[in-house]
Amino acid sequence: MNLFSKIGNFAIFLGRSIFIPWHIRTTKERIYEQVHNVGIGSLPIIIIIAAFVGLVTTVQTSYQLIGSVPRYLLGSTVGRMVVIELGPVLTALMVSGRCASSMAAEIGTMRVTEQIDALEVMAIDPYRFLSLPRIIGTVISMPLLCIIAEFDALLFGGLYAHYFLNVPFSVFNYGLTHYFFIRDLFGGLVKTFFFGLVISTAGCYFGFQVTGGAREVGRSATYAVVVSSILILILDFLIALVVFG
Amino acid sequence: MIEVVNLSKHFNGSVILDTINFKVDDEKLVVILGPSGTGKTVLLKSIVGLLAVDGGEVFFDGVSLQKVTKKEIYRIRKNIGYVFQGTALFDSINVFENISLPIIEHTSISKINLNKEIKRILKIIGMEGKERLFPKELSGGMRRLVAIGRALALNPKYLFYDEPTTGLDPIACDRIKALINTLKKDYKKSGIVVTHDLEIAREVGDEVYMLKNAKIKKLKKIDKEFYEK
Repeated sequence: MNLFSKIGNFAIFLGRSIFIPWHIRTTKERIYEQVHNVGIGSLPIIIIIAAFVGLVTTVQTSYQLIGSVPRYLLGSTVGRMVVIELGPVLTALMVSGRCASSMAAEIGTMRVTEQIDALEVMAIDPYRFLSLPRIIGTVISMPLLCIIAEFDALLFGGLYAHYFLNVPFSVFNYGLTHYFFIRDLFGGLVKTFFFGLVISTAGCYFGFQVTGGAREVGRSATYAVVVSSILILILDFLIALVVFG
Repeated sequence: MIEVVNLSKHFNGSVILDTINFKVDDEKLVVILGPSGTGKTVLLKSIVGLLAVDGGEVFFDGVSLQKVTKKEIYRIRKNIGYVFQGTALFDSINVFENISLPIIEHTSISKINLNKEIKRILKIIGMEGKERLFPKELSGGMRRLVAIGRALALNPKYLFYDEPTTGLDPIACDRIKALINTLKKDYKKSGIVVTHDLEIAREVGDEVYMLKNAKIKKLKKIDKEFYEK
C-alpha cells in the first residue's frame, strides 16, 4: 500500500508539474538554462564515459567473437549493443547521478530556507518555476546526449578495432551499417525520453519533499539518484519488451 | 482590510493557535508580540495561506482565503508582500534579480522601466548601488532590507514582517524600524509585524496584540512587566 501511495504521489507530482499553464514568456529562459545545465553540463562526463564504454564493449566482443565469426560482425554487435542498450542506459545513469542529485539538493535547500514559500507568497507557482523547466530541459537534453554518447562510443570502438584488433575501420563500419535498423535507434531514443522524465521528476520530487535541515537535503539527493536509477532499469526492461519484445 | 476570524491551528495534537480573532484596518500596522515559540510565524503563515488552517477563516478585503481557488489565492497574494525571518532571498541571483523576479513574473514591463522601478525600490530601502551584489555578500541588516525591497516589488497593499529586527545590531534595527514606519506613513502600507521586540512594537504598531498560550489578546499599553509575566 505504501509503495502504491508513493508511486501515486510521484505520478501526481509529475502531473502537477506539467499540466499547468506554462507561461512560456517567463519559463522559456529557465528551460534554456536547464538544457544548458543538464545537456552541456553533462557533456564532458558523457564523452569520457561513452568513450570507455565503446572501448570495453569492443574488447569484450572481440574476445568472444573474433576467430569464430566474420570480423565485420564485431561492428554490428558493438553497434547494436551501444545503440539499443548501453548508450541510452549508461547516459541516463550518468545524468541521474549528476543531475537528479543536484536538482534534489538545490530544491531541498530552497525548501528549508523558505525560498519555495517565498515563491508561493509572491504568487509564483513553484512547480512551474522549479519543476517544469527541469523536467522539460532534461527531456530535451537526454536524446541529444544519448546520440552524442553513441557516436562517441562507436568512434572509439571502431578506432580500437582498427589499431589493436586488426579489424579495419571500413570492415567495422560495414558491420555497423549493414545490420543497422532504424528501429534500434528509435527504440533507444524513446527510452531516453522516459529516462529524462524519471530523472528530472525524481530530482524535483525528492527536493520538494524535504523537511528539516542539511541531513534531509543530503538524504533527498541520495533518494533521487537511487530511485531514478531503479526506475531507469525498470523502464529499460518495459520499453525493451514493447519495442523489441 | 484583513480580518482573521476564529483561526485555529494544531500540530501533532497540540494547539498552536486557538480561535484567533483580530483585524487589520487599511493603512494600519498591527504588531503581534510574543515570546519565541508561541506560534507567531505559524499565525503569519496561516494568514497568507502558506499553512493550511484547521479552523476559521482569513478575509482579505472581504474575500475568504479559505473559500477561493488557487488562482484566486495567487491574485490576492499579488497584494501581499512578505518579509521572512530568514529573508528567503534567492541566493543564486543578485539583489537586482531578487527584487525584479516578481515583477518579471507578473508584468510585461520593458527592460528600461524595470531598471527604473528597481532603482526606485532600492532608493526606498536605501540600497542604491548594491544591485549587483549577491545575498551572501550582504550583511544581515542589508539582507533584511533587500527582503523588504522584494516584498515591495509588486507595490502590494499589505506587508507582513516576520521578526524584522531579530539578530540585528541596534543601528540596523533602527534602520529597519524607520523603513517600516516610512512604508506605513508615506506609502500607506498596512500589514502585520510579528516580533518579540517591545521597542519595534512601540514604534511602529497602531495596535498591539499579545500571542500567548495559543490565545491572542489586545494590549492597551506595551508594558515590559506584563510581557515578562
